[in-house]
Amino acid sequence: MKLLIPTCGNHVAPRFDNATEVLIATCYDRQLLEEPRFILLANPSAEGLCDMILKEQVKCVVCCGIEEEHYRFLKWKKITVIDSVIGRWKPALDLAVGGELSAGDILRV
Amino acid sequence: MLDDILNAIPHGVMLLDASLLVRGINSRLQEMTGYSAGEACGIGAEFILRSSIGAGSSLAGKVLESGERVCRNGTLLNRRRISQWVQFTLSRVDSIDGETEDRPGLVLVVEKAERSEPGGGGRSSSTLVGHSPQMQDVFERMAILARTDASVLITGETGSGKDRIAEELHEASARAGRAFIKVNCGALPEALLESELFGHQRGAFTGAVKDHPGMFRLADHGTLFLTEIGDLSLSLQVKLLSVLDDSRFYPVGSSSSVTVDVRLIAATHRDLRREVAEERFREDLFFRLNVLHLRVPPLRDRAGDVRLLLDHFLRRSVRLNHSRVEGFDTEAIRRLVGYRWPGNVRELRNTVEYGVNMCRGTRIGCGDLPDYLFEPLKVRTDGASSAPRPDQPAPAPVTPATGWAELEQQRILNALQQAGGRRGRAAELLGMGRTTLWRKIKDYNLE
Repeated sequence: MKLLIPTCGNHVAPRFDNATEVLIATCYDRQLLEEPRFILLANPSAEGLCDMILKEQVKCVVCCGIEEEHYRFLKWKKITVIDSVIGRWKPALDLAVGGELSAGDILRV
Repeated sequence: MLDDILNAIPHGVMLLDASLLVRGINSRLQEMTGYSAGEACGIGAEFILRSSIGAGSSLAGKVLESGERVCRNGTLLNRRRISQWVQFTLSRVDSIDGETEDRPGLVLVVEKAERSEPGGGGRSSSTLVGHSPQMQDVFERMAILARTDASVLITGETGSGKDRIAEELHEASARAGRAFIKVNCGALPEALLESELFGHQRGAFTGAVKDHPGMFRLADHGTLFLTEIGDLSLSLQVKLLSVLDDSRFYPVGSSSSVTVDVRLIAATHRDLRREVAEERFREDLFFRLNVLHLRVPPLRDRAGDVRLLLDHFLRRSVRLNHSRVEGFDTEAIRRLVGYRWPGNVRELRNTVEYGVNMCRGTRIGCGDLPDYLFEPLKVRTDGASSAPRPDQPAPAPVTPATGWAELEQQRILNALQQAGGRRGRAAELLGMGRTTLWRKIKDYNLE
């Protein structure tokens, strides 16, 4: 399963539509198959990000703020969206891979 | 105690420490963001606010460093995935808990706002900016006026934004998407204006080589905006009244009438009641136009809007000119906020554009602003108490002058007086070349 997290430095990006960098990881049986790769976006765009998610065949998106319109679109495309996640991307990724991350989680250091 | 004060404020308020972590959030902002104080405290503010103003931390860092208050319009995306337009105002405070000294932090005030300009952080269509109670009243009235199809009369001083309001009314009305035609009644002579408004038939007069539909027909099913209607001649006022009453008129030289469905918005900087009293404007047309009246307040009466507009036009001008200007220095801000802006928003916009173009550094200072911003102050105070420009010597007392030419003459005379008649020294004082001064002395006949 492919998983995508819009990032901002070490954190999950505050907004899906303002993210300029994303992390894509592949996992199987609750384990990462390889090191996550980072992609720099030419410019922040929610639509562009949605296109990339479909093109990359991502099955799960972990993000912080996301507009209802884009959330619904991704859900309609049968993509799991775990939103309102606040914290560093590393623990968020670990929890998501382990199936233990929920929408609204605040991951304090 | 501090929480009680914060909760009493009718806008969203957040306290941030120097690391930009949330240290307090009032109930209004909790409601707006969807995060309780317990959840938000200790978290980076940008993760709670999720604003569209981009790298909020760099902006907040600048405010912390400079202590200069900053206003930005943008969107706030809450926990329920709803985006709302707000105005963010960031200010530095010396103590965020009200007790411990030397513990600087930031106070962030979040107010609901109308959709604002691009560059304020996101998509936008509106061109009107203002958060003063006077403008809020205008926005509320506009929302009501947009829902009706009645004629609207917009009054206000020149440069106060009447044209923008008319466009916004049209865009927000049921006629949006149809034509919006603007005609300046003061810009054309009477005969030409009649033909322009109502159209003419080929051969109606010398030079009428083909049919002209006229603005009323072009605006059919849309909105016709007549600006400077106070300058309309009495004979055309009669014809306009007839069109407003019957929705029909005869183009110049035509014997068949034309029926149109047009919403009329009129604007003027004149006091139409006085014009009516002085028999320069027809009373019946005034009453017909004055169905719905919207008065745009002058900028000097819009408390707090000057700063907001300065930031707004600065961002726009910086973007358009690809400039690296970041803001105004403290003295320039003080001058600009204290100025009376007789030309209203138009004058302010042009002043900011001037400053952005003239500024050689990253902050616009007094030396980068047009001279006239300083001249009226000198005139009003007879030169005694007004602060001189830092880069120029204090002028000798001047007598009140009205026009630019008179002001310039007065400046030249003062400089000559100060320089003891030495033209080279006077030119230096005035910041102009000797030849320019010599030419101006000749032009003004000051020899």
